[in-house]
Amino acid sequence: MKQQQTKLFPKTATGISGLDEITGGGFPKGRPILVCGSAGCGKTLLAMQFLVKGITEYNEPGVFMSFEETIKDLSQNVQSLGFNLEKLVADNRLRMDYVRIEKSEIEETGEYDLEGIFIRLNHAIDAIGAKRVVLDTIEALFSGIENAGLLRSEIRRLFQWLKDKGVTTIITGERGEGSLTRHGLEEYVSDCVILLDFRVIDQIATRRLRIVKYRGSTHGTNEYPFLIDENGISVLPITSLKLDHAVSAEIISTGIPSLDKLFKRNGFYKGGSTLVTGSAGTAKTTIAAYFALSSCKRKERVLYFSFEESPDQLLRNMLAVGINLKPYVKSKLLTIHSSRPSLQGLEMHLLVLHKLIDSYKPKTVIVDPISSLVTIGSNSEVRAMLVRLLDMLKINEINAMFTALTHQPINDYIDLSVDAVSSLADTWIKVRNEEQYENRMRSLLIVKSRGMSHSNNSWNFIITEKGIQLMPATAAKNMNENQNNK
Amino acid sequence: MAKQQTWELRLYIAGQTPKSVLALKNITRYCKEHLEGRYSIEIIDLLKNPQLAEGDQIFAIPTLVRKVPEPIRKIIGDLSNEERVLVGLNIRPLSSKIKG
Repeated sequence: MKQQQTKLFPKTATGISGLDEITGGGFPKGRPILVCGSAGCGKTLLAMQFLVKGITEYNEPGVFMSFEETIKDLSQNVQSLGFNLEKLVADNRLRMDYVRIEKSEIEETGEYDLEGIFIRLNHAIDAIGAKRVVLDTIEALFSGIENAGLLRSEIRRLFQWLKDKGVTTIITGERGEGSLTRHGLEEYVSDCVILLDFRVIDQIATRRLRIVKYRGSTHGTNEYPFLIDENGISVLPITSLKLDHAVSAEIISTGIPSLDKLFKRNGFYKGGSTLVTGSAGTAKTTIAAYFALSSCKRKERVLYFSFEESPDQLLRNMLAVGINLKPYVKSKLLTIHSSRPSLQGLEMHLLVLHKLIDSYKPKTVIVDPISSLVTIGSNSEVRAMLVRLLDMLKINEINAMFTALTHQPINDYIDLSVDAVSSLADTWIKVRNEEQYENRMRSLLIVKSRGMSHSNNSWNFIITEKGIQLMPATAAKNMNENQNNK
Repeated sequence: MAKQQTWELRLYIAGQTPKSVLALKNITRYCKEHLEGRYSIEIIDLLKNPQLAEGDQIFAIPTLVRKVPEPIRKIIGDLSNEERVLVGLNIRPLSSKIKG
């Protein structure tokens, strides 16, 4: 299907992670693409990354024509991203040309055209065999040239010329009021228009990208958050367009033998996601720690995101219930990453998760608890972020366990985090505390387990220094029925 | 003395287009009239030497560049408006000499 589309409509990979995914393979090959947005939204950076990645990853030399920033400034600005423009220029893979128009030293008299720009571009393109071109920001010409009518027709001619030349061109444009660009460049670029946006919501800044138009191609229509960090721009697709990740039939242990037995095949599917919900003090973290331990015992790496406890605190507390994780931390099989949820925006959290997962390559990821993240984002945002995270974990076949704190003992669905994740998780385990006969009884119920039959009963359990032990529920059958009816 | 001032001009064209031909005709005429013996015009055809466009920041064709006297000035277009060209090049028209 993908190949078929490529045949019909050739595309140029952007090299910007996530963007190729939502555009179904990249920008339209050999056509102009308009990237617009307000000042400081990352237009130049996106364009630069498109060029540099084109050179370094796709062997497509590029030309950058700047109308605003000098070459020196540009080089410095992107140095922090690890782009060494000077070297690319020296290697004849990149050409940069700064078009400076100083209105004060220019007089206009009589007829002229902008052939000079065409000649400069043509020369640069031919000199290195460029396949990609960036014009940043051609609208600057409007402040330097009096004859706006001529400028418009020349811009139109330029875009057509670039198309005929067969180069894929990014044209950046400053966002205007009530229009995508100040001078209506969108009228001339009809193939692909990308809008970047930079917003501050609840004191947390978020960058977003949207494909306004992509003629002849399917594309994601959402607003996608994107990040600018030391690796440049990465777009986070809320969901990949397809649900086509491979799944495993292999089984892994929950880490608690008596819990394994509640599943027909004695554990979770490998690469699945599990949600553990319950109110405070219901042993969610303990269950998660067991899961981590079992992974460590299989010599598989575990990445543990703790949003409430510091690594030391977690280790100490788990030791108290017979789980000794310390040796695994030492041998680097287990990495605990603690951070405050309010430290940064959701996107940044997701990015940190992504990056750690990327560099550490764990087989198991635990997020304890995801409900903390709810405090820093709106409902839909949290959900979107979790979907993205789950997506990524599934694609990489990573076992995932999320814990979530619930406040509603009767109806968990009311809780935001539970609502957001429960439908996405493959397995859902509910733990609760109850007062019975003047004692506290812990109980556990498997709400769902995709693709596997499981116990439908509520099980009581106790936690001792030796860990968790499950036993059949001795009392309150009607309680079980209550839950089963839900 | 001001009278000894010379003018070094450069005319950028892209092939023999009507606009370029007209610009050359115009500037030659103005120079003969006002700067006889004190000027030089270098014609650069960017179709032949495209690499020269960047140095003088040429974007429009035709462009007349006044290299000397400094500072650099540029006049774009076919130079059909004599008054503007002379002002742009800092050449006083004969009439203004009388004024002052």
